[in-house]
Formats: sequence, C-alpha cells, structure tokens
Amino acid sequence: MGIYEEISANKVKTLLLMSVFFAFVMGIILILLYIFDIWFGLLGVFGIFLVVISIIQYYRGDKLVLKIHKAKLARKDDYPYYINTVEGLAIAAGIPKPKAYVIHENAPNAFATGRDPEHASVAVTTGLLEKMNRKELEGVIAHEMSHIKNYDIRLMTIATALVGVLAMISNVLLRSMFWGGVGGRRKNGNAIVIVLGLLLAILSPFIAKMITLSVSRKREYLADASGAMLTRYPDGLADALEKLGADKTPMKSATTATENLYISNPLPKGFFNSMFSTHPPIKERVARLRAM
Amino acid sequence: MIVWIIAGIAAIIVLYVMLTYNRLVVLRNRIDNAWSQIDVQLKLRRDLIPNLINTVKGYAKHEKTIFKEVTKARTDALRAKGVKDTAKAENAITSALKTLFAVAENYPQLKASKNFMMLQEELSGVENKIAYARQFYNDTVLRYDNLTEKFPSKMIADAFNFTPKPYFEMEAGERKPVKVEF
Repeated sequence: MGIYEEISANKVKTLLLMSVFFAFVMGIILILLYIFDIWFGLLGVFGIFLVVISIIQYYRGDKLVLKIHKAKLARKDDYPYYINTVEGLAIAAGIPKPKAYVIHENAPNAFATGRDPEHASVAVTTGLLEKMNRKELEGVIAHEMSHIKNYDIRLMTIATALVGVLAMISNVLLRSMFWGGVGGRRKNGNAIVIVLGLLLAILSPFIAKMITLSVSRKREYLADASGAMLTRYPDGLADALEKLGADKTPMKSATTATENLYISNPLPKGFFNSMFSTHPPIKERVARLRAM
Repeated sequence: MIVWIIAGIAAIIVLYVMLTYNRLVVLRNRIDNAWSQIDVQLKLRRDLIPNLINTVKGYAKHEKTIFKEVTKARTDALRAKGVKDTAKAENAITSALKTLFAVAENYPQLKASKNFMMLQEELSGVENKIAYARQFYNDTVLRYDNLTEKFPSKMIADAFNFTPKPYFEMEAGERKPVKVEF
C-alpha cells in the first residue's frame, strides 16, 4: 500500500473506530442501567452527552492537551533551529506548517495533536531540543509530521476523548454505588448481577483502552517509516529513538490519558504499562529503521 | 445480453478515463504548488545574500573576488526562467555560498559575531527547506511522469495533452541538506 492509500484507509478506520466505540459505550451503559435498575431514559441523556463531549473534544482537544502539558508557542527568535526544522519538514510532507510548541521539561519527548493537517500542532520538550543533534531532531519531527499527514492525530484525539468519557461514566456509577443510592434497589436483588455490573464498570475503561491500542501500535511503525521517507535518513530517527530509550528522566506532565500522543512512551515501565503500552518496543522500531 | 456486456465495458472504460484524468490534474496542480514552494524558498535565500555580504564585508573587506562571485550568481538566478535554468543558477549560488563560508572560517571575529551566526542558521534553514521542497517536487513529478508514460494511462495523458515534467536536479554533491551540527 502506498502512503496515500494508507491515509484514506486511516480515515475510514477512524470512522469505524468511532462507530464501534460509540456502540460499545452505549452497550455498556445499557447493561449498567439494566443491572442497577436505573431509568432507561438516562441512556438518551448519556448518548447526547457522549456526542457533545466528542464534538467539543474534536474541535478543542488539541488546545486542551497543549494546556495540560503547559506547552508554550515557540517563537522563531527563541528557537530558530526548531522552527526551521518544522517548516522544512512540513514542506517535505506537503502539508501546511503546524503550530510549533515547546514544553519546559528535561525529559526528551515530542507529540503531535490536532484534527487534520490544517489544524495541527507539534510540541517538543526543551530536553529534546538540548539532547538531540540536528539529524535526530529532524527524525523526531518527521515522525510527528507523518502522524499529522496520516491523520493519526485525528484518530488519537477522538480515541483519547472516548476513553476519557467512558472512564468518567464508570467513575460516576462506582461512586453512586458506594453511596448506596443506586445499587440495591433491584427488585430481585440478585447479588451476582450486581457484582458483574461492578466488574463491568471497573473494566470497561481498560477494554476501551485495548481497542485504541490495537490501532495505535501499528500507526507508530507507519509513522516511523513515512518519517524516514521525509528525511531520507532513517538512521536519524533510529539514533533519536535509542537516545529516548536510554534516557530515564521522568516526564512530569504525562498521564495515562495522553500517553498515546508521544513519540516514545512517557510513563515509567512496569508490567502493567508494558502490557497496555501504546507504543511498540523501541528496540523493534530501531531494528526496522536500521533495516531500511 | 450482449448489449449489456458492451454497455458495462464501456462504462468501465469511461470511469477509468475519468479517474485517470482527475489523477493527472491533481498531480499537475500539486507539481505547480510544489514548484512555487521551491520558488518561495529560493527567493528567501536570494534575499538573505545582500545582508550576508554586508556582514562579511564588515570583517573581511578585501575578499572582493568571492563577493563578486556570490553577487553574480545571485543576479543570474534572478534572471533564470524555467525549471532547468533555475536549478543551474541556484547550484551556482550554493557553491558560491560554500566558498564564502569557507572564507569566513579564516575570520574568528566574524564567526563569533551574533549577526553572522543568525544568518548562518537562517541560511542553513532555508537550504534545508529548498532540499525538502525539491524532494517533494521531484517525488510528485515521478508519480506524474509515471502516469504519463505508462500504458494505458499514457493514452489518456496524450489525448489531453499532459506532457512529462522535468525534475529539479541538483549537482551530485548537493543531494543532502547542508549539515550543521551544534
């Protein structure tokens, strides 16, 4: 598949993911409403809520993400070399220049966000700008530029929003159960059903996460490959990834909610994190780049 | 029955012609756009040159030959028309600038001046962008030319007068963007 076919396939996948996700979330809500014997009209309320949140996220999500990470718009006078790199690679990718942000943080990392190439931003940490040489920085920016060009940012923005909404709903239900206001009113008072409902409420955010993961890992390989196509120098990104992998500086502002945005996983490694990792192992990514 | 088969085949052919024609139009427009991107960057570089010469003059007054060479390359580039001529003229600028920076190496004060360092970053940024714009242009030309030269899309290209476009060539040593390590 050529890159242009990959892009249209990606757009279709985004739509598919959204539909599957919406159906999944509505299904979960329906089951929960049934189990806890709540008024079914609430389903409509949740549905509208879900749609509204998704729309808000679609248009404002990038700004929110940038705000969470305290990203500042980079001025050309302060970061001429970073801005030049972004401008150059935007030309190489044939997309408009995305807004360039800087995050004051020593851990080297970078991400892209937005909804399409016309409304996109890239952000890098000051640690990345200090630790990478020009070729490596180009590799990293090219990777992010590919995420923009391939419409991965749209997919990820929406996925992040949906996981967030589901987590919120399950949170509300769990809380209300502890208050005893919702549970226990079931006519036949079946304890097993209540426990199942509880389990579902707890697990659903993770299930949702797994759905998005199945998409995001593959996107990383593709962004590596098309990034290498932009710079014509895969070793630049490979070197950068090795540096990123070796760097143990923790990222202060990263949370599980936004980890799938980054070029390398910003969270500390552990069994749980590697199982639910949004990124393929760096070793594998480097090996693929070196083989190009 | 036969009528339907013929009609079906005809419909497929019409569809193919339409799709290929649109593909060609999209690529041709993309090439024009890519070319104007190169043009913008080349113009930026040409605009930086007088400033650069003035800065270098402040520290290395007697290097007259190189100033003349750079200025001449610049005026030639301003006059150049078409892809082939422009590429040639811009190559002359690239090599003249290379000599200029080599000369600058002999003047530590010049190298340390803030103005010069800024111009150097600006220029290597522009040169990187030229390289990237050229890469995007050439990639698009490749896709377009493939379409205009391969069978059967060649027939459609010929019928609607889509002629192959030239590549923007750079001399062998200049294929990679200028490397500036910090």
